[in-house]
Amino acid sequence: MRWRRIKDSLATRSMYLAVALANSIVFLVALGLFVKARPILATTSVVQLLFSSTWHPLRGQFGFYPFIVGTLAVTAIAMILAIPVCLLSAIYLSEYAHRRVRELVRPVIDLLAGIPSVIYGFWAVIVIVPLVRATGGALGSSTTGYSLLAGGIILAIMVFPIIISVSTEVLQTVPVEAREASLALGATRWETVKHVVVRSALRGIVASIVLGFSRAFGETMAVLMVVGNVPKVPTSLFDPAYPLPALIANNYGEMMSIPLYDSALMLAALVLLLVVAGFNLLAHFTLLRIERRS
Amino acid sequence: MPHISLRSLNVTYRDRRALRDITVDVPDAQITTIIGPSGCGKTSLLKSLNRLIDLSEEARVEGEVLIDGVNIYHPKADIIALRRKVGFLSQKPYPLPMSIYDNVTYGPRMHRMNREQIFQQIAELEKDRSLGRLCPESTRLTARTRRGGEMDLLVECYLRVAGLWDEVKDRLHDPATGLSVGQQQRLALARTLAVEPEVILADEPTSALDPISAKLIEEEFQFLKKKYTIVFVTHILRQARRIGDYVIFLYLGELVEHGPAQQVFTSPRDEKTRAYVAGDIS
Amino acid sequence: MGARRLEEAVFKALMLASLGLVLAVLAAIVVVVMARGASALSLSMLTQTPKGGYYLGKEGGIANAIVGSLYLAFGASVLSILLSLPTAFALQKEYAGRRLASITRLSLDALWGTPSIVYGAFGFIIMRYLGIGTSLLGGILALSLLMLPIMTRAMEEAIRMVPLELKEISYSMGATRIETTLAVVLRQALPGIITAVVLAFGRGIGDAASILFTAGYTDHIPRSLLDPTASLPLAVFFQLGTPFPEVQRRAYASALILLVIVLLASLAARLLSRRFSKHIVR
Repeated sequence: MRWRRIKDSLATRSMYLAVALANSIVFLVALGLFVKARPILATTSVVQLLFSSTWHPLRGQFGFYPFIVGTLAVTAIAMILAIPVCLLSAIYLSEYAHRRVRELVRPVIDLLAGIPSVIYGFWAVIVIVPLVRATGGALGSSTTGYSLLAGGIILAIMVFPIIISVSTEVLQTVPVEAREASLALGATRWETVKHVVVRSALRGIVASIVLGFSRAFGETMAVLMVVGNVPKVPTSLFDPAYPLPALIANNYGEMMSIPLYDSALMLAALVLLLVVAGFNLLAHFTLLRIERRS
Repeated sequence: MPHISLRSLNVTYRDRRALRDITVDVPDAQITTIIGPSGCGKTSLLKSLNRLIDLSEEARVEGEVLIDGVNIYHPKADIIALRRKVGFLSQKPYPLPMSIYDNVTYGPRMHRMNREQIFQQIAELEKDRSLGRLCPESTRLTARTRRGGEMDLLVECYLRVAGLWDEVKDRLHDPATGLSVGQQQRLALARTLAVEPEVILADEPTSALDPISAKLIEEEFQFLKKKYTIVFVTHILRQARRIGDYVIFLYLGELVEHGPAQQVFTSPRDEKTRAYVAGDIS
Repeated sequence: MGARRLEEAVFKALMLASLGLVLAVLAAIVVVVMARGASALSLSMLTQTPKGGYYLGKEGGIANAIVGSLYLAFGASVLSILLSLPTAFALQKEYAGRRLASITRLSLDALWGTPSIVYGAFGFIIMRYLGIGTSLLGGILALSLLMLPIMTRAMEEAIRMVPLELKEISYSMGATRIETTLAVVLRQALPGIITAVVLAFGRGIGDAASILFTAGYTDHIPRSLLDPTASLPLAVFFQLGTPFPEVQRRAYASALILLVIVLLASLAARLLSRRFSKHIVR
């Protein structure tokens, strides 16, 4: 009896230890990156870092502006492409599709989510890049195809599964009674969707988009493989760009040999972490409230 | 000295009070039925007797529950020993996710009972029932000679007590989930008795069963009351009349009336009890 | 009425087109990778490590990357289970209070979407701090951070589905919390827990950004935890980046192998969870 009690209390203690560890990881990561980023923050002002376009690591000049613009641009393109496709798909799955179709499509979408990002990148190099090159050529701009647009397209595809599965789930939490009330008043199915279902699920849909955004924002390999990686502010869809994650991934090799370079890259990682964690928490609270209500 | 006594017991869920100031003694070696309309706090009362109520995070309990004179809500109370002493049968039988055999041995294994303790428990079981030998001689023999045989004996005895042995003896190692609901409830009974509790709490144990299984369980309770103190929640008045020796009537979380079944059913003192027993309120 | 009908028809067509596009893209990815990979695949690709001049198009295979990836993903899964399972267990009501549970879910959600390049950078910092170079161990550390939130959340969901009644039965027989957790909760949630592990394994084996800094790349199969190791995702990445068509073809084969492993993992999750659901209560 005593042994059982001791075992129980030991088990409890180790579980709490695991919880404490799991909880501290996010802080440890942020702290570690911050400590490493301090040297560069000490020499250069944040404004300088964020808004200068001069990127000369050898001369100690680290202006993140082109990379920040690159990240934002490629993410924005991805979201513009993905949002309509995903929402229309989600509405179809939730409101129109037969239950069996929904159950068939769901694992397929999960499968899409599980494909490694290098595979997406690989596919994009083979399929998307030539397509963009041809389109660019037809529009009269000579491009290699490795461009903002190619990066945006592959990112859009990568966020499909997140936005579709979360927003389908949210749409399904809208009570049947709400739909019935609208249909009973003589609304068509689409009008019901438009005025009742989507409206009451709006917060959750926004949350699903936020989740997709944060996934796109930090995605590294697939984008890196197709976006061209030229540290200049892009001016057209067919220009190459250089997002922050790609910057980190491409330069880990030499970062230890140039002063402050590693510090600059760790700062970039910290920025990614903070932005993405912030957006994730926003989505977390929104979805939590929906879950509690339903 | 009554086995279980409640002293101004209050149970609150968040801001809703489920039980209000309940003080009552549950008599020994009898079947006490708790009756009352649904939502009156019957299950809350039952679950506060073995502190299963601790599992619902919003519940707050005030007051005392004395079992053998010990307040089980005392901060230093030994909940595990308490729960072993107090068996529980739920409304819907839930087989544990393991085989039929392992369901019966779950408690004894957990309490690390050794060979001798098991043999002694079986001997006492048979003495109490004055049934003579529960299990045939051959089982006892192999139980003595084979390693682990005592568990086989235990399983057979308690499954026989619960009236399930003949139906399952050929598939003891199959998942318990394959049994019918009635069989599952009898398995639950065997599982509960196998730890030899002193008190049995039953939460409408027959409500999910077919009439034949329900009758088996009721008959079993008539047997059990010779040895155990039984608290039986039911919303079926006829069942309470049939099996109850003592009645506790709850209405909206308050103890309206309690007393010997005979008296409560034939000459209730309270107007609400009279109305409920007559079927005017439900 | 005509306009309303027309609007509905137009949007319905758009919806079908969207869903069709999503599914077509998925099919295109799988088909392209399969077709390109199959034409480049050969037995020596699977069984040999790179020989001299391999990256110029000479002899050899990617056995180093296949084995390296399996080492990395298995190691990280084990490490991650050690932290995920107790954490998921601790999120049960009997353990963590409501506030601790919601804080933990919050920080898991914050971790969940953290870009893998960030884990890679953090892993790199830790390795520098500990004084180890790019190695299997470093890769395992970084990958396990990536897997942790995926695994824990999926496990927790499976554990949350265990009916409270089932736990009540175990507690009512005097089981302690850990006994109930291991004997009942673990068994009942096992299919879901296995799915969680395989899901995280599939994510881990395909991730490149977290192991880029931490695991390194080498032509040899690692012999110890401190050796650097090759991996399939990086094999795809590096070989696709070379100007030699022969080497690029090997990237195709690497991509195919990686995709097949990921698809098998997802299939295995389904089959295994069925295999282990023999006893569970529905």
